[in-house]
Amino acid sequence: MIYFDNSATTKPHREVVEEVLLCMEKYFGNPSSAHRLGVEAEKRMKAARENVARLINAQTSDIIFTSGGSESNNTAIKGILKKGDHVISSKIEHPSVLKTLKEIEEEGIEVTYLNVDANGVVDINQLKDSIRENTRLVTIMHVNNEIGSIQPIEQIINIVRNSNKKTKIHVDAVQSAGKIKIDVKSMDVDLMSLSSHKIHGPKGAGALYIKKGLNIKPLISGGGQERDLRSGTENLPMISGFGVAAGIILDNMEDKIKKVNAVKKHFVERLNEFDDIKVNSPIDDFHIGNILNVSFRGIKGEVLLHALEDYDIYVSTGSACSAKKSSHKNYVLPEIGLSEKDITGAVRFSFSYLNTIEEVDAAIDALKKILTFLRRIKK
Amino acid sequence: MEGKRLVYMDHAATTYVKPEVLDAMMPYFTENFGNPSSIYTFSRKSKSAIEEAREKVAKAIGAKADEIYFTGGGSEADNWALKGIAFANKDKGNHIITTKIEHHAILHACEFLEKNGFEITYLNVDENGMISLDELERAITDKTILISIMFANNEIGTIEPIKEIGEIAKKRNIYFHTDAVQAVGNVKIDVKDMNIDLLSLAAHKFYGPKGVGALYIKKGVKIENLIHGGGQERKRRAGTENIPGIVGLGKAIELATSDIDSHNERIIKMRDRLLEGIMEKIPHTKLNGHPEKRLPGNINVSFRFIEGESLLLLLDQSGICASTGSACSSGSLDPSHVLLAIGLPHEIAHGSLRLSLGDATKEEDIDYVLEVLPKIVQRLRDMSPLYETFKHKGETINV
Repeated sequence: MIYFDNSATTKPHREVVEEVLLCMEKYFGNPSSAHRLGVEAEKRMKAARENVARLINAQTSDIIFTSGGSESNNTAIKGILKKGDHVISSKIEHPSVLKTLKEIEEEGIEVTYLNVDANGVVDINQLKDSIRENTRLVTIMHVNNEIGSIQPIEQIINIVRNSNKKTKIHVDAVQSAGKIKIDVKSMDVDLMSLSSHKIHGPKGAGALYIKKGLNIKPLISGGGQERDLRSGTENLPMISGFGVAAGIILDNMEDKIKKVNAVKKHFVERLNEFDDIKVNSPIDDFHIGNILNVSFRGIKGEVLLHALEDYDIYVSTGSACSAKKSSHKNYVLPEIGLSEKDITGAVRFSFSYLNTIEEVDAAIDALKKILTFLRRIKK
Repeated sequence: MEGKRLVYMDHAATTYVKPEVLDAMMPYFTENFGNPSSIYTFSRKSKSAIEEAREKVAKAIGAKADEIYFTGGGSEADNWALKGIAFANKDKGNHIITTKIEHHAILHACEFLEKNGFEITYLNVDENGMISLDELERAITDKTILISIMFANNEIGTIEPIKEIGEIAKKRNIYFHTDAVQAVGNVKIDVKDMNIDLLSLAAHKFYGPKGVGALYIKKGVKIENLIHGGGQERKRRAGTENIPGIVGLGKAIELATSDIDSHNERIIKMRDRLLEGIMEKIPHTKLNGHPEKRLPGNINVSFRFIEGESLLLLLDQSGICASTGSACSSGSLDPSHVLLAIGLPHEIAHGSLRLSLGDATKEEDIDYVLEVLPKIVQRLRDMSPLYETFKHKGETINV
C-alpha cells in the first residue's frame, strides 16, 4: 500500500496503538475519580497535555482536550463571539470554520471573508482595511488542507495587534502542527486548534490552546472537566495516544520535515515527465512540504483516484470531509483562480515523513500507465 | 499502585472495556485506519463499520438506524439535545422542564440557556429521588418546548417513570429528551414504546470505550447542530469519525443489551447481599434512592458522623475504588445536589458513599467490602467529635 492521503488522516503509529490499548486495559478509571485508578488516569492525562503543549510551545495549563479539530474550531469561534461582534476569516477555511461562521451570521454576527491570491495566501491589504472597532476575532488557518498554502500568521497577528488591541486571534493549526515549527508564545496567538489523527495519533482526540486569561464560553458544559471549558469524561486512551504521537513527531522534527520535503521535491521533479499538468502547490515559501496538489488536464480527478486505487495507491480529490458529495463542489481551488478544467483534474497527494522516494517512483510509474491509457481513450 | 487487591466498585463512573469490544476496535486503528469520508474502497470498510455500529445502537433502543448520531460522549449528546432543541424551536416557546437531580451536563446546559432567554423549571423529587407526574403536568405551559428528564440517576440509581413521562409529553405535543447514560445495559429501553424523542448515551458506562456516545433523534424532530463543519453524520455532527470508538460502542451496546435480565439478576443478587450486610453491620446508616426502582448495580448510603472523602481515601488504601458522588464533581467540596434534592441535611449528605457494581464484580469482592468497610467506618467514627457528642447525649437517631 502506498498511502499519499495523510492530510485526510494518518495511520496511527504502533506505539500510539499500544498506548491506547494499555489505557483501555489497564488505566480505565475515570480521571476525575478520587481513587487510585482515577489518579493513574489523571497522571497520563498530564503527560499527554505536556507533550501536546510542547508541540506548539504552550504552557501545559493552556491546553484543553476535545474530541477533535472540528470541535476545537467550533469551541474557539462560538466561545468568544457574541451578538454585534465582527469577525474576519478567509474564503478557504476548513468547513468546520466556515459552517460555524455561517451559523453565527444568522445570529447577528458579521463576518468578513478575506480573498486569497493565486498562492492561496490571504490578501493582507484587505485584512488591514477590514479591522474595525468591533472586530472581536480573526480566525485564519495556518496551512490549507487542500493546496497546502501557508498563511503569514506572524504578519497577520502583527497587523491585528497594531490595529485593535481587543481583537483575538484564532489559528486552525490542524494541518500545520507537527509539520511546521509552531511557537504560540512568540507568535502571540490567543487560540489554536489541533488534531490528533493528522499526526499519526488516534481519531477522536484534539486540543484547543487557550491563552492564559482569555475567557471563553464552553461548547459542552457539564461535569466541569478541562477547567470547566470542555465537559465530558476524558477520553484518556485517545488523548494519551495523541500525547504519544506528539512526542514522536517532536523527536527530530527537523529531520522529519526534511524527509517530507525531499519526497515532495522528488515528486514535483518527476512530474516534469508529464504533459498537460499544473502544479497547484509548488515548492516555495508559500506552500507546505507535505501537500502536493496537481491538475491533470483533461482527466477527471475522481477517475484518476480510482485508477490509482487499483495500484494500491491512495490519494484524494478534495478534502475528505466533502469528497463524497459531487454537489459539494470544491471551494478552495476556484479561490486561487483555477479554471474549471484544472479543478476537475485536480488530485491531492499528501505525504508523511514515513513515505519514501521509492513510493514516489512507484506512483509516478502508475500515473504514467494510467494517464497514457486515459488520454488515449479521450482522443 | 500500593496493595495487591483491587476491588472496583465504581462502574457508574466508568467501566473497563470488554476484551471483545477491544478486539472489534483494533483493526480500525491499524489496517483500516482510513478516513471514512474518503472515496476509495479502502476507506469504505470504515464507513460500513460505522453503519454496522449504527444499526446495533438503533436495535438496542428500538430506534431506526437513521435516527442515531454519534458524538464525542454523553455530555456532548446532552448539550446538543438541549441547546439544539432550544434554538431550533424558540419560535414556538422558551420554556424547558427538567429536574433538580440531572447530571451536570444537563444542568449547566440549562444555565447557559437561561442566560440566553430561556426559562427552565427544575422539578422537585421525593425522598426516593422520584419526580411527581402531577408536578410535571402542572409545570407545562403553552411555551414549553422540551421536557428533559434522566432515565436513571447516576448517584442514587433511581429510575424515573419514563414511559409515563413520554405519554404526557406526547399528549401535550412537547419534545421529550432523556439522558439514558446510566440506564443503557441496565434497563430495557424502547424509544418508540416510551415515546422518547431524544436520548443520550455513552459507551464507557457499558464496557465500551471513552470518548464516544450517541444521540438518538426521532425522525422529524427539529434540532440545530452543535458542532458545524464537514458533512459527517448526515450533516448533523461534524468531525472525522472516531471509527474505533464507534465500532467499540456498537459492539459494547450489543453485548450489554443482549441479555439484560440474566445480567441484572446476577448483579442484583450481589448488590442486595452487599446492601443487607452494610445495613446489618453498620448502625446509623441510611440507603439513598428508591428501594426497588433503582439501577441493579447501585448502592448509595449515608453513614452518620463521617466524611465521605475520608472514607474514600481509606477505602482506596484497602484497594476498594468507590465514589462519594459523581466522578466529575468529586473535586468539589459541596455536597451532592442530588442528595440535597432528596432532602438530606448537609452533614448527612457529606457522609455518603456510592458503590456501583458491574460485570467485574465477584462474590468475593462483596465479602471483602463487607469485611473492610465496617472497620473503616468505625475507625472514622471513633475519631469524630460529632459521634462522641452523640454517644454522650445518647439521642435517638432516626436516620
